[in-house]
Amino acid sequence: MVDHLAMSNDVTVTLPRIQERIPTVVVDDAHVVYRVHRGAGGNQSPVAAFKRMVTRTAAPNVREVHAVRGVSFTAYRGEAIGLIGTNGSGKSTLLRAIAGLLPVERGAVYTQGQPSLLGVNAALLNDLPGERNVMLGCLAMGMPPAEVQRKLPEIIEFSGINQRGDFASLPMRTYSSGMSARLRFSIAAAKQHDVLLIDEALATGDKRFRKRSEKRVRELRESAGTVFLVSHQLSSVRDTCERTIWLESGELRMDGPTEEVLRAYETFTNGK
Amino acid sequence: MANALADPDSGLAPAQLATRYGLRIAGERPSLSRYTRQLWQYRHFISAYAHAKLTASFSNARLGQLWQVLTPLTNAAVYFLIFGLILKQNRGMDNFLAYLTAGVFIFNFTQTCVQNGTQAISGNLGLIRALHFPRACLPLAITVQQFQQLVGSLLVLFGIVLATGEPLTLMWLMLVPAILLQTIFNAGLTMTVARLGAKATDLKQVMPFVLRAWMYSSGVLYSVELFADALPGWATTVLQFNPMLVYIELARVALLENAPLLSPSLLLTWLIALGWTIVMGVGGYLYFWRGEQEYGRG
Repeated sequence: MVDHLAMSNDVTVTLPRIQERIPTVVVDDAHVVYRVHRGAGGNQSPVAAFKRMVTRTAAPNVREVHAVRGVSFTAYRGEAIGLIGTNGSGKSTLLRAIAGLLPVERGAVYTQGQPSLLGVNAALLNDLPGERNVMLGCLAMGMPPAEVQRKLPEIIEFSGINQRGDFASLPMRTYSSGMSARLRFSIAAAKQHDVLLIDEALATGDKRFRKRSEKRVRELRESAGTVFLVSHQLSSVRDTCERTIWLESGELRMDGPTEEVLRAYETFTNGK
Repeated sequence: MANALADPDSGLAPAQLATRYGLRIAGERPSLSRYTRQLWQYRHFISAYAHAKLTASFSNARLGQLWQVLTPLTNAAVYFLIFGLILKQNRGMDNFLAYLTAGVFIFNFTQTCVQNGTQAISGNLGLIRALHFPRACLPLAITVQQFQQLVGSLLVLFGIVLATGEPLTLMWLMLVPAILLQTIFNAGLTMTVARLGAKATDLKQVMPFVLRAWMYSSGVLYSVELFADALPGWATTVLQFNPMLVYIELARVALLENAPLLSPSLLLTWLIALGWTIVMGVGGYLYFWRGEQEYGRG
């Protein structure tokens, strides 16, 4: 039934669209709190640690960081949503909560299917050639081996790592940071995701690759997925997303059409 | 929001909206049967990952895959030099070299599983935070990888056993179920330490000492008869239930003519081996599954 609705959603663009919007991510008053263990180092001596053990006071080496404070929104199928905000405003944390990688302290995050988080720090095996990493990555996303074989040349081609000779068969440790970021994006973009979360991944790579990946994000979105994009490059948010959420200090500051939000955001950052 | 009235979902609370469209709480732990099914779907990933790790571990060495056999060979040579020639630990045993190498290789299988297992989660955070797959794939891949290593070691072992004049008998077939039981035991143990190591990162520092103590209580480097001679009766009885001692004894009995046995009968040894396999295999899997939603967080 869901599929049927999705198809009609693609065909009709006018009024009924509102009625048939299918939510894919519902974030309900989510709070995310990081607990950072500072280890036994820092400013505490063994004597102080022993004293604490004797007097049974709580260890001061766990610090809490309240990164996301009560954010609520609903994302629908076929939407591409930009997430903007100054550094440390909780964008990446929110993405990780949606991906189910960080627990929410209060509130809840509901998702359709399993969202995939695509970040620049997604590590593959650096000692292995690019091709092998593509195969591993695809298998790790749950693709059957036959499909992996079929898609392998396509992914290598898309990443463009072979533009300067046969890099696909060289270990990934020989790649430049831009090349490996491109390869990682290409792997994740090869699969049809219900919800795809992209964290700054488009910022790396040259202009040509950025154009190509923006096109790919649009394709992914058209085939009935929801795409979240965290970026400091407002131009790529403007080009790919029609809705934008602005986070500031972990709170939702604005949620609306990209143009409006970006204008307000630009005034805010220029004013500072 | 001009069409808000036309939207049938407008009056719903977020939680109701989520249930209405079948959304699930992000990062929820799947049920045990669903998890097992997912894991089965990921079997290609497990074997590919194990194989990739194996290739990667030798990728910087010039001799490459040859180290898979060279490592156990040098290992056996060093132990033989110290315990066989210098300390003369053989104590009238017929074939000490083969006895020693069998113990070293079998123990090494479990040892490396545990060592790598403590870092199965904490060493792969990048992968875990980027992609979604049943996390049990990682400790299982370690077990598969070490199993492949063991096969290389066993080839060396067969060579040594035959070269030292042991006959090739039907008893050798006993090695197959013995290794199988040990592999399942290792899988469970690897999953257990993987979950422990994910939270308590200090475990990596403690593990070498635990493993060394375990090795000395498993009769790897000397005859198990030493235990019966040196320890009080109850301690020997307790040692009989040491899983590693049992798996090593089974392998030795399979390959060697005159391997001593600590427990009174071979049947009892098999039963203990089977018991440990079930307890550790099932228990380790359940324990790992219960922590599924925690991995990669924090």
